[in-house]
Amino acid sequence: MTLHTQTIHELRAQLRRSKVSAREVTQALLDRIAALDRKLKAYIWLNRDDALAQAEAIDRTGAAKDGKPLAGVPIAIKDLINVEGQPCTCASKILQGYVAPYDAFVIRQLREAGAVLLGRTNMDEFAMGSSTENSSWGVTRNPWDLERIPGGSSGGSAAAVAADEAIAAIGTDTGGSIRQPAALCGCVGLKPTYGRVSRYGLVAFASSLDQIGPFTKDVEDCAILLGVLAGHDVKDSTSVAQAVPDYTRALGKSVKGLRVGIPKEYFIAGTDREVAAAVRGAIQKLQSLGAEIVELSLPHTEYAVAVYYLIATAEASANLARFDGVRYGLRVAGDDPIEMYRRTRGAGFGPEVKRRIILGTYALSAGYYDAYYLKAQKARTLIRRDFEKAFEKCDVIVTPTSPTAAFKAGEKMDDPLQMYLSDVFTLSVNLAGICGISIPCGFTTRPKLPIGLQIMGKPFGEEMILRVAHAYEQATEWHLQRPNL
Amino acid sequence: MSEKTSDIDISYVAYLARLGLTEAEAAQFSAQLKDILKAVEKLNELDVTNVEPTAHAVPLTNVLRKDEVQPSIASADVMRNAPQQARGLFIVPKIVEQG
Amino acid sequence: MQYEAIIGLETHVQVKTASKMFCGCATDFGAPPNTQVCPVCLGYPGSLPVMNEEAVRKTILAGLMLGCDIARLCKWDRKNYFYPDMPKNYQISQYDMPLCRGGGVDIKLKDSREVRIGLTRIHLEEDVAKNSHFETTSGVDFNRAGLPLMEVVSEPEIKSPDEAFAYLTALKEILVSGGVSDCDMEKGQLRCDCNVSVRPVGQKEFGAKIEIKNMNTISGVRRALAYEIPRQIVALEKGEKISQETRRWDDAPGVTSVMRTKEYAHDYRYFPEPDLMPVVVSDAMLAQIRELLPELPEAKRQRFMQQYGLPEYDAGVLVTDAALAAYYEQAVRWSKNPKSISNWVTTELLGKLAEAKLTIAECPIAPPQLAELVTLIDGGQISGKIGKDVFAEMFTTGKSPSAIVKDKSLAQVSDTAAIEAFVDEAIAKNPKSVMDFKAGNQAAINFLKGQVMKLSKGKVNPQMAGEILLRKLRGS
Ligand SMILES: [Mg+2]
Ligand SMILES: [Zn+2]
Repeated sequence: MTLHTQTIHELRAQLRRSKVSAREVTQALLDRIAALDRKLKAYIWLNRDDALAQAEAIDRTGAAKDGKPLAGVPIAIKDLINVEGQPCTCASKILQGYVAPYDAFVIRQLREAGAVLLGRTNMDEFAMGSSTENSSWGVTRNPWDLERIPGGSSGGSAAAVAADEAIAAIGTDTGGSIRQPAALCGCVGLKPTYGRVSRYGLVAFASSLDQIGPFTKDVEDCAILLGVLAGHDVKDSTSVAQAVPDYTRALGKSVKGLRVGIPKEYFIAGTDREVAAAVRGAIQKLQSLGAEIVELSLPHTEYAVAVYYLIATAEASANLARFDGVRYGLRVAGDDPIEMYRRTRGAGFGPEVKRRIILGTYALSAGYYDAYYLKAQKARTLIRRDFEKAFEKCDVIVTPTSPTAAFKAGEKMDDPLQMYLSDVFTLSVNLAGICGISIPCGFTTRPKLPIGLQIMGKPFGEEMILRVAHAYEQATEWHLQRPNL
Repeated sequence: MSEKTSDIDISYVAYLARLGLTEAEAAQFSAQLKDILKAVEKLNELDVTNVEPTAHAVPLTNVLRKDEVQPSIASADVMRNAPQQARGLFIVPKIVEQG
Repeated sequence: MQYEAIIGLETHVQVKTASKMFCGCATDFGAPPNTQVCPVCLGYPGSLPVMNEEAVRKTILAGLMLGCDIARLCKWDRKNYFYPDMPKNYQISQYDMPLCRGGGVDIKLKDSREVRIGLTRIHLEEDVAKNSHFETTSGVDFNRAGLPLMEVVSEPEIKSPDEAFAYLTALKEILVSGGVSDCDMEKGQLRCDCNVSVRPVGQKEFGAKIEIKNMNTISGVRRALAYEIPRQIVALEKGEKISQETRRWDDAPGVTSVMRTKEYAHDYRYFPEPDLMPVVVSDAMLAQIRELLPELPEAKRQRFMQQYGLPEYDAGVLVTDAALAAYYEQAVRWSKNPKSISNWVTTELLGKLAEAKLTIAECPIAPPQLAELVTLIDGGQISGKIGKDVFAEMFTTGKSPSAIVKDKSLAQVSDTAAIEAFVDEAIAKNPKSVMDFKAGNQAAINFLKGQVMKLSKGKVNPQMAGEILLRKLRGS
């Protein structure tokens, strides 16, 4: 039996019946990482002893038999989330040496559920990017083709799950950073409704858009892991006090009679031919399962990229101001504080982060606020209204997750605008604050690369998107395919 | 907006953001930002006269906490991360009073 | 040419809470540096603010006391600027939707005219850390970072240093009386920025605005303005142009000096704080806070004059401190002589407290005990003179006046036979004075009465002693 290829629900059954110990599972994953990660670079920090010690504690206390939902399951954590006593670099030199003195809310939830925190996964610096190339610690590779990128910003988490270097992983999604890499690596990734998962302990990129969510090998695992991450947190004022359902109860239900919305703005020129065909095929599959297809329009879609990049960079310019060399992280000496700030930030941030800080600062600066930031916030309202109207006519909206499959490393690095456009299908979900999931729905032929299907749902409609995703997954076999590593 | 995008004062913006840029970076960003801002001008097509701005993705109000003291974090945990410290203080280059 | 000054004040007042504005750290003053800090108030990556309800309520209370319009919907914004005392390099503040607008502070001018200084707004924000400076470095203590701070912005309606002084004194009195803030200036709980300009009388336009930053005493504000206004006038008279700048006040030499000129003006890039939700002030919440409204000092002064028949002076002294006024009212409840209680409180009690460096809260004499002392005097059990000794004893021991009188046998002698004995002795010992009286010198009786008091060590009832003396001298 290969332990590292198992899903959460498969492992859980064996751990409960003591067929296998948490230590054995963790060891299997550490072995897999040791064998593979030199070429994949999904992880940027790992403490083997600590991971094994956590697993042994789970075995000792019999947490698996107590029915804790993740007892003994090794989970990888994106390096943007604080874990007490561990570094949290956000893939940036500016946080070199920083040791988190506290656990993020989701980390407390994971510990409570008995998860083994496996290690920290690579990402674009401060989650700014769509390829994981903007990491200060090297580029993560796509498990399906090592020449290619895994998507981003949570590329390390996606690659780790797709390559069986983790049973599941945690990522964050500000404009598609969970769904896009999940699509490009061929795994399941879900961005919860804004306010569903506490952001406390998540290093902020764009506060009004960020959400933490799961990467898993299948939809059932996604439902299990989401159930652990979700919940109300008094330490996050944007967290919503709404009871967390048992998401696994949404699974196994038919889609018969459900209305699946197809927005015409998402089926446009510029989308890769094979991607478009795979998504069309998936829609037909849903139809054949009894779903009703509803053509609809999200008319402000074409403004989403502009709105997103103004709002996200403006918020980021303030969120990243705290990295100044005074209290933690990197410091480059200067004769006065201003000089110290400029040198520290100049040396600590990579080019994409600098570019976005400049754009965001500019969009907020005197004389430009109304023309850029305020206008973007108003356009955001129009985008939200598009979705409100659309969801009067349908239960879920189905689109491609990304216009292309994984591209080659270096291909878009010199053209930030082209890179930004690769998020065109995902970022409206964040602007509207709704939920979305990406699941495998096919492959390109030469080379063989995964294609993702995005299912969007209403605010707090996670059960509905999981239900549709599960029905589709159970009727297909895409999720069972594994990269040849 | 269009007449303004042509003249981003990149050194002023970098100063506001306390961001040291090399000359090469400043030149590269200027060119790239010009492109990005041109793309952003698409928003000019929209009439948003009577549209309320969206600042939050969820419509919550009055998220307040009781005035109760919670334990602070251990001084050792705080100071472990300090790039420079002395006598329990974070040390910085001398502040030239600016207000 | 005649010039006039135009002054507006921005006053930062620490709102009295147990925990900080956006985290649970304690607000105690004087803790060792960086011990009342947490990820939130240190601006750690990933931390988030959660609003302190009490700070919001107390700011609304301040607004109600000052006659402001309370916003039914207010929101929070980020004010972006870099400074080592600013943990996140942005301050959470309120930009275009503050909690309170309008209102005013009533002050009394020298000529007894009363005027109202209008307020522009009151908003809530977080305090910054405290810097200390060494030879080549500075040190930062974040204990103060994140304390709730109310910013009270006045209209530019203040015309002189004395008016500024009166405004700040009145504002402080009101905020203290409502329990909104202790306004302890030694602890930096009240700090003030002044905007001041001068212009020729009759000119419509304002002169260039000079900002004087960060003054932490009310008298300092008065002195800074008393320096700055003539400085500007002299400059104008010399034909110099005054341009907008920020200055600092140096207390020791008593001068203001340039901190920065306008070229370095800030571009704060305010935008709505995405981490905090707006506050909706409901009717119910407002009604609840209204219940907490204390009597304003001026209203209390009027009431003391009417209800207790006190002169304006007494009432004025008693209401300066809400705790003192409360002490007085408690004592009066046990007494039939409010004026006498007032005399004891405003003279003896305040004197002793000042001498012992105690506050009224720490006063060793309970209000009913002070009332009992007054009753003993009024009832003739002890003389007023003995009363002062008893009061001193009460202050040091905390014992009740009746116990002290009993223990020390200080009770006034009102027994006729005992008084007659002292009178007889005085007459026997002072034949010359007796002769003088009989010869028609009425004043001689006062000397004899003094002798009776002396012989009795002050314990005989002076009135009875006088009557008996007169009877004996006339009768014999
Ligand atoms: Mg202020
Ligand atoms: Zn704190």
